[in-house]
Amino acid sequence: MSQKSTGETLLEHERYELAEDSAYRVALGELVRRDFFKVLGGGVLVVLLFKDVLAQQETGAGRRHRPGSPRSSEIGAWLHIAEDGAVTTYTGKVEVGQDIRTSLTQAVAEELHAPTASIKLVMGDTDLTPYDMGTFGSRTTPQMNRQLREAAAAARETLLELGAERMKVERASLVAADGKIIRRDTRQTLSYGQLTKGQRLMKAIGETPLKPAAQWQAAGQALHKVAGRDIITGKHRYTPDLKRPGMLYGKVLRPPVFDATMVSVDTRAAAKLPGVRVLRDGSFVGVTAPTEHQAGQAMAAIRAEWQGAAQISHKELYDHLRDGAATSRASSLTSNRSGDARLAQIYNIAYIAHAPLEPRAAVAEWTDGKLTVWTGTQRPFGVRSELSRVFGLAEERVRVIVPDTGSGYGGKHTGEAAIEAARLAKAARKPVKLVWSREEEFTWAYFRPAGVIEIHSAVNPGGTITAWEFHNYNSGSSGIRSPYAIANQQTRFHSADSPLRQGSYRGLAATANHFAREVHMDELAHTLSMDPLAFRLKNLQDQRLRAVLQAAAKAFGWGKAKAAPGHGYGIACGTEKGGYVASCAEVIADRAASGVKVVGVVTAFECGAIVNPDGLKNQVEGAVVQGLGGALFEVVEFAGGKILNPRFSRYRVPRFSDVPKLRTILLDRRDLPPAGAGECPIVAIAPSVGNAIFDATGVRLRSLPLVPNGYQRS
Amino acid sequence: MRVVELQVNGTKHRIEVDGERSLLSVLRDELDLIGAKYGCGEGQCGACTVLVDGRAVRSCVTRANSVEGRPIVTIEGLEQRGRLHPLQQAFLALDALQCGYCTSGMILSGVALLEKNKQPTSAEIVRAMEGNICRCGTYPRIVAAVQQAAKQKQAGGRGGQ
Repeated sequence: MSQKSTGETLLEHERYELAEDSAYRVALGELVRRDFFKVLGGGVLVVLLFKDVLAQQETGAGRRHRPGSPRSSEIGAWLHIAEDGAVTTYTGKVEVGQDIRTSLTQAVAEELHAPTASIKLVMGDTDLTPYDMGTFGSRTTPQMNRQLREAAAAARETLLELGAERMKVERASLVAADGKIIRRDTRQTLSYGQLTKGQRLMKAIGETPLKPAAQWQAAGQALHKVAGRDIITGKHRYTPDLKRPGMLYGKVLRPPVFDATMVSVDTRAAAKLPGVRVLRDGSFVGVTAPTEHQAGQAMAAIRAEWQGAAQISHKELYDHLRDGAATSRASSLTSNRSGDARLAQIYNIAYIAHAPLEPRAAVAEWTDGKLTVWTGTQRPFGVRSELSRVFGLAEERVRVIVPDTGSGYGGKHTGEAAIEAARLAKAARKPVKLVWSREEEFTWAYFRPAGVIEIHSAVNPGGTITAWEFHNYNSGSSGIRSPYAIANQQTRFHSADSPLRQGSYRGLAATANHFAREVHMDELAHTLSMDPLAFRLKNLQDQRLRAVLQAAAKAFGWGKAKAAPGHGYGIACGTEKGGYVASCAEVIADRAASGVKVVGVVTAFECGAIVNPDGLKNQVEGAVVQGLGGALFEVVEFAGGKILNPRFSRYRVPRFSDVPKLRTILLDRRDLPPAGAGECPIVAIAPSVGNAIFDATGVRLRSLPLVPNGYQRS
Repeated sequence: MRVVELQVNGTKHRIEVDGERSLLSVLRDELDLIGAKYGCGEGQCGACTVLVDGRAVRSCVTRANSVEGRPIVTIEGLEQRGRLHPLQQAFLALDALQCGYCTSGMILSGVALLEKNKQPTSAEIVRAMEGNICRCGTYPRIVAAVQQAAKQKQAGGRGGQ
């Protein structure tokens, strides 16, 4: 059999991370026109022209190159040192809890040789920051971290040159440290502020040699969250907390079911309420009022009739996805040597919701035909494009500002609330705030794709996998490729007809693909009566993956005797977005209650050189805890075009009591460039728990969530 | 519409509002105390937690007129004369947050627990805080922060509210 698969699957771009993209990029000329110095005052400005940004974005996201795009004047980042020495760095990335505000500050501090406290980061403001495609795909650390390091290193060099000029000495006789330029022999010092005073120096740079990870000082150390104090005192304003002068509150009328057509609507009673304004534009109906309470009352007074169509329910989902796929399984597994054991299994993955604790929200304000929208999104420039299209405005006339946001997990790539608030604000001629209710968030946002995965495999008596055929229906192609060394393999992604709106999620389809693959690996090991760890290692050549697998197994004490009857151990591993992860889980299955409790998880993770160890540990633990929800009980139930469990009282997410004893082992590879860590650590938890349940009970569970109602013996 | 009298963070406020409105919306929209967050509207996530008579209350399902005259503490009132509450300090020291949207509710639930139980075990913390959701999954750090604050208070840190 040929190895046709992977080329095909890898080219199938990550639909869910994509959607349309901006045609607009900031060019250097425009930057000059903006006259930064006029806005920011004098000082030193470093602009990083990022030559291969387009190429990277193409690889990362499957963009097509547009001929004539201004590659040479692409800007990756810019950094300004004011005349008082204050450092401000500008990046189009956004902070959604992954704590890049801290790790990027650290990166700048390290290259600039300045205290972290002197550095401010302006993030995700389309008028102030360079174009950025979005904060997703674990790209910030490998990409933006590097860009800011380059800009900061160039700024440091400029300051050294200024220092040499001022002190009338050779550049080589000076060092930069702690926000100062110091003369080695006399210890004469000039602070950055003294050097930038009176300057209006702009420097455009390309590549700069960077400090190897081994010499990092600020980076690589734990640094507390830079905006932490504002959060723990309640001062930080997330989008729902913003207020603008004269601001009104908006609400939007939602159909009772998906894909419904409006038959009639009566807004008369609502429009009579004091201070209420109703906007009707086709089937879009919204209200504005002086308080959110009044907006809610107005919405409740609207009578609308809708016509829905028949829609499938979650009970028919998996057949629907498989039968309705655009392509079907091309061939089944062919010739194996006769003594090989063969195994064919199907795995199902449910839709789950991101349920970010901050729901979608936006504040929109029109001033002189220009639109400003504050909104929590992972794609400020993408949302700006959406707004520009909807309102027929040039992108320069739309500004999107992203306050540090109450999480995203891949769920906030789109600008629904931004558009709705802007429509209402336009009609009301006043700023409007719109905050989605939890039920709206659970219903009208998008979900992690559901999927069906079919695996056919063969393994020889010595434990070597001899054939592997992997079909994924609808979930997506992230992490679809087996990391195991298998000569004979076929891997395909089949797009299907998704009954629900679906999109990015932490790790994308890698959670689904790893779940199916790593449970199947466990099944093969048991078929051969081999130890699941030994079986994996036998088929694994990737040294980095072997290293995390062995590290997790060692820390867990893999092979140890069971603590008590009903306990089970499971192991799983995987690689995604440049990271490597292995998890070992211990569960207790209570046969009487059909309940399962995960009591311990050891996770080993490696993503190259570590930038901020404590931040990284926080991300890994968070991914494991969040992953437990999708592994054990999270599932979106739907029927007749309605979500049946659109509330936290009906949709169970991990809580304090669900958290097992966690142990995290971080492997620091100072010889490798850092990769992102927001996503990869989530991929191994579900299969390790599924495998542990089998170990405890002998029941093989092949659907996510594993135990929405406790495990059932089939 | 009538006047509702609320005593928040030691200050009396006379507010002309519909008393049936949730305490959460009155705190946020009338008093601009935005530390309490909307997360679910059904008292299931704990992001809106405030203290009433020292006890953790879900302000999204509490009517404003039901807590008239009773002392209310929001996250904004926890810091006293520039000094953070030991639990706020512990959250910072242990980085017990990621996106931070649940944090004020977590801290106030933790403060209420520490008022009742000076040295809670981790099992007691888990039980007391089960109604607060952190989607970023920082639960282990939050438990550790509550324990650290308990220790600090025991060792003579500032007493509670």
